[in-house]
Amino acid sequence: MSFLADNFPLLRDAFLTTLSLAVVSGICALVIGTLLTAMRVSPVAPLRGAATFYVEIFRNTPLTVVFFFLAFGIVEIDLQFPTRFITAVAALALYTAAFVSEALRSGINSVPPGQAEAARALGLDFRQTLGTIVLPQAFRTVVPPLGNVWIALAKNTSIAAGFAVTELTAALQRLTNENANQLLLVFLAIVVAYLVITLPSAWLIGVIERRTAILR
Amino acid sequence: MTTSSVLFDVPGPRARRRHRIGSLIGGLVVLALIGVALWRLGANGQLDPARWSVLFDPNSGVPQALGTALVNTLKVAAVGMVGATVLGALLAFGRLSDHAWVRVPVTAVIEFFRAVPLLILILFCLLYLPTIGLRIGAFGALALGLTLYNMAVLAEIFRAGLLSVDRGQREAAFAIGMRKWQVMTVVLLPQAVRRMLPVLIAQLVVLLKDSSLGFIVGYFELLRQARSLVEFFNFRFGDLYTFQLYVAAAVIYIVVNVLLSTLARYVERRTRRNMKTAATEDVELPADVQMGGGGGIATP
Repeated sequence: MSFLADNFPLLRDAFLTTLSLAVVSGICALVIGTLLTAMRVSPVAPLRGAATFYVEIFRNTPLTVVFFFLAFGIVEIDLQFPTRFITAVAALALYTAAFVSEALRSGINSVPPGQAEAARALGLDFRQTLGTIVLPQAFRTVVPPLGNVWIALAKNTSIAAGFAVTELTAALQRLTNENANQLLLVFLAIVVAYLVITLPSAWLIGVIERRTAILR
Repeated sequence: MTTSSVLFDVPGPRARRRHRIGSLIGGLVVLALIGVALWRLGANGQLDPARWSVLFDPNSGVPQALGTALVNTLKVAAVGMVGATVLGALLAFGRLSDHAWVRVPVTAVIEFFRAVPLLILILFCLLYLPTIGLRIGAFGALALGLTLYNMAVLAEIFRAGLLSVDRGQREAAFAIGMRKWQVMTVVLLPQAVRRMLPVLIAQLVVLLKDSSLGFIVGYFELLRQARSLVEFFNFRFGDLYTFQLYVAAAVIYIVVNVLLSTLARYVERRTRRNMKTAATEDVELPADVQMGGGGGIATP
């Protein structure tokens, strides 16, 4: 047990890195994903096509490959992210945005057509219809799927370990090397650290869902 | 809101002209960006045909190596898929059981495996199981990790599928005197399975993506193979083919997965036309499931 206390600073820093990775890339993914969704339902065909293309590509690419390209690929076009943390955030955000967009689009589809028709009948244009009528209702219905995307994102941060970001999985690997006789305890500690993020998130999502749900 | 056209009026001639001009400018900007990227690639010598021809030259061994790697990737995904489907179906039945002593532990198992990152599961199989005398190797660890994680995910999907069959079907089956297992196997399952087929194919895409975690555990799937080829070539010729090999690996992933996604969509259209699924609701793969279980550790 004592080694957990000995390595507490490492675990704490790793936990905070994982959490900040997830939070920052989550917010970025939400913004990009919302923009993508707006593009996918817009009246302008090329915008629809571009957004669909983006989602289709990222849905079918492993996250590891996205990381690879941002870490080693874009060097070839003379681009470079300032830190590894930002590289990881960019990869996670770009990848997750595609799935945020998928979730949001199904939310938009669940808004009754009468809402948008009424909005147009009042003379609102596309931007107003989407921004003030449809998206606010869509966001409420997609609280559970978006929450699950967030939890998946929190778990996906583990890939950043391979790109020299010292988060929980990297800590796991370091600790398993040093404490081969206490493997089970190391795994337990790391799993608990992930659960500390995911379980309260799941609970919070449930609360938000109950608060914001629209009865139809 | 089945069609997006509810959101806006059909564009008139002026709006169409505006869209055309906007598209033209936007397209030019995108083309310019691609041009700059290509120019930089060219300036760094990455577009040199000699560098790309290695991907197709059988004498270099690269096409064979990538082909074997693709087979390895498909193999681990197939094993994981079969295991996960069988175990997932059993867990789904367990979770729908009327007996609390079955339902509660099964629910706990499902929730546990869903909550743990896939990467941690695989590392656990790889690092811990040998210490208690189970030597399963990289392939075994990867396949077992994928199976355990995806069985929990699929169990939830199967449950949703079984519940999506119209309630009347179940009630009617009970009314004509069928037993519980008969209702499940004769009435609910055949209808649910038809609806699940596209979802299962979509899950295969997720599994294929997750098999790139084989990278960490030293299983020679696509990414690991690309990496080892890069190391081999770097040793002999310097940093010549790095970019090309990674592009090749990514393109193979994308092509295989897009084909599978297209197949899933085709099957879905067919099942939707099929009268036998009329009593079931649509079940689609949730966005978070599509994201896959986690990433890999790449040692650059």
